[in-house]
Amino acid sequence: MSKKKKQKKYREHWYSGITEAFQMLVPGNKIYRTMAGRRARTGYRFILPFIIGFLVFMLRPMILSLQMSLSKINILSGTMSTDATMGPVNIFGIKFNFPYGNYSYAFGTDPDFNRLLVDEISRMAINVIATLILSFVIAVILNQKFKGRIICRVIFFLPVILSSGVLPGIENSNYVLNLMNSVNQSIQESSGVNISAALQDLLSVSGVGSGVFDVIFQMIDAIYDIVMASGIQIIVFLSGLQSISPSLYEAADVEGCSAWESFWKITFPMVSPLLLVNCIYTIIDFFMKNDNQVIEHINEVMYGVQMDLGVASAESWIYFGVALLFIGISSIIITGAVKSYE
Amino acid sequence: MSKDNTVFIGKHSSFRERNRRSGGYLLRRRIKQIGISVFRGLLMFGLCFMIIQPMVNRLAMSFMEERDLYDSTIILLPRHVTLQNYVDVANLTSFPTSMLNTLWISLLMSLCQVISTTLVAYGFARFEFPLKKFWFACVVALIVIPPQTIQTALYMTFSRFDIFGIFQATTGAPLSIRSSIWPYVMMSLTCMGLKNGLYIYMLRQYFKGVPESLEEAAYVDGCSTMHTFVKIMLPDALPVIASCFLFGFVWQWTDLFYSRNFLSGYTLYAVQMSTMTTRMGRYYSTSLTDAITVTTGRSLQLISIAVLFCCIPLIILYCFTQRTFVESLAMTGSKE
Repeated sequence: MSKKKKQKKYREHWYSGITEAFQMLVPGNKIYRTMAGRRARTGYRFILPFIIGFLVFMLRPMILSLQMSLSKINILSGTMSTDATMGPVNIFGIKFNFPYGNYSYAFGTDPDFNRLLVDEISRMAINVIATLILSFVIAVILNQKFKGRIICRVIFFLPVILSSGVLPGIENSNYVLNLMNSVNQSIQESSGVNISAALQDLLSVSGVGSGVFDVIFQMIDAIYDIVMASGIQIIVFLSGLQSISPSLYEAADVEGCSAWESFWKITFPMVSPLLLVNCIYTIIDFFMKNDNQVIEHINEVMYGVQMDLGVASAESWIYFGVALLFIGISSIIITGAVKSYE
Repeated sequence: MSKDNTVFIGKHSSFRERNRRSGGYLLRRRIKQIGISVFRGLLMFGLCFMIIQPMVNRLAMSFMEERDLYDSTIILLPRHVTLQNYVDVANLTSFPTSMLNTLWISLLMSLCQVISTTLVAYGFARFEFPLKKFWFACVVALIVIPPQTIQTALYMTFSRFDIFGIFQATTGAPLSIRSSIWPYVMMSLTCMGLKNGLYIYMLRQYFKGVPESLEEAAYVDGCSTMHTFVKIMLPDALPVIASCFLFGFVWQWTDLFYSRNFLSGYTLYAVQMSTMTTRMGRYYSTSLTDAITVTTGRSLQLISIAVLFCCIPLIILYCFTQRTFVESLAMTGSKE
């Protein structure tokens, strides 16, 4: 009962948590000496490393980088300043002194940023959907009983190691090698060795909706990347599948459900909450990958000839904003879909 | 075919006899089962092959001389076997030093990260304190924010490091600790290392699933909070903690971002590997001043071997610990 009261109190003011924290942490207060106060202090002692780390190594750098993205940085003297070219904003005739110059540079002047961003986003949308579908299918298969299932599980988890960090990008990060690859590709395409391209041609000639096929063939061409990126997702789905009690299937079987029906009526609804976890994980994983072209571009702006820290941080903020937007949209869509399904 | 599903009609009657009596149903079912398992086998084999094949390819390539690369009749088995490639790659990546550095740094960092994340996760799982939701939202933010966003700011923070102006006052200038190991040790000890938000989330999920009665019994007997945590919670949580440690180790081993930014004072394998192509020309030239251009095939081959070097220790590690990797993740992931 008392817990409920406390909950209500939290909801009354947004700052009630802060005042309560103050009461519990500062000696001399009434709540300080209660059991709850002691537990709260112990809890804070446990999470203290995180609080310090978050404030010092996350929040402060974030504020600093936001500041940097809004100013011109002189590398030699190490100073930040804003000037008139960064531009005040005119909103409804009122002048705001908002130095957005780096952002407008990123969108307007930088020759590659827009293109790379759009490229990466479209690639990501396709990859995330494909990863979710593929990892779900593989998890369903691995959940069945067949010979060599344990070995398959071991192998499917191997990409978590083999595609981490520097490894996926390394073999195409070299400029010369990239050139070579593109030459190879064009040779393959012209000589007709590329099967999926040939099939695609065939299908588009036969007049089936080519837009859909474009997407599907993009998925098929990227199947290696997708498999390499879906190790953890498979395990998460698999653990979800294994937590379904077999008696549900038995009951369905007795009632005359076919395997197909029990898949859609039992398996899918039970695992669908994990879709959101996996989806968010996949998006984050994709956004932080080393072979991501936007990140490469930002690194280039930062360390390359340009050495413009302001533009680099503006671009990484834009990138972060896009990532956040995507995570938000997909979680809204998926929670909505799961709820309506239930 | 499993026994419990089979309808036995007569103990010794043959399959054909039983099939005839069931009106062809048995045969149809048998065919369907075989079809499904053949399809499944093919799919599994194909995907497994796709994962393993690049590694096998790299291994085969590592024994080839350069001329074998351009010979289209050679696919896997080299015609001119050589071990010179290994020597070259080892020299190019300053092999024993960089690998040993990577080893101890990865061990140290993952140890720091595991200690701090376990404590924090336990705090989040077991204690009620004001602003808990806010701090947990910060953990989620930690998972979501790409470290690239704060890369430059961290770079500047550590090149002019100061705690409340203490160093400025005593030595006259803020410390530049960017190329030492301390920034990353500090970050690891405060849960800001590579993917640490994820570990906090995983461990919290695990601790929440453990029944509270054990700890309550310990409290009743007069055990302190920390003592309870060390003596009662930790022993049971070891598999999950071990898996976090392994993840930390593996991801640190292959990490380029943190290595390049905060550990630039150490020759680390991942960094050496990523900058290998720039040193190739100088390495292969015979004169002291000029660098020659290395052919694309050759540099691709050398990079592949370097990747192989990087992966082999991890694959060996994985072979021994795959149970820890997979099962503890399954243990924590399911309770969403």
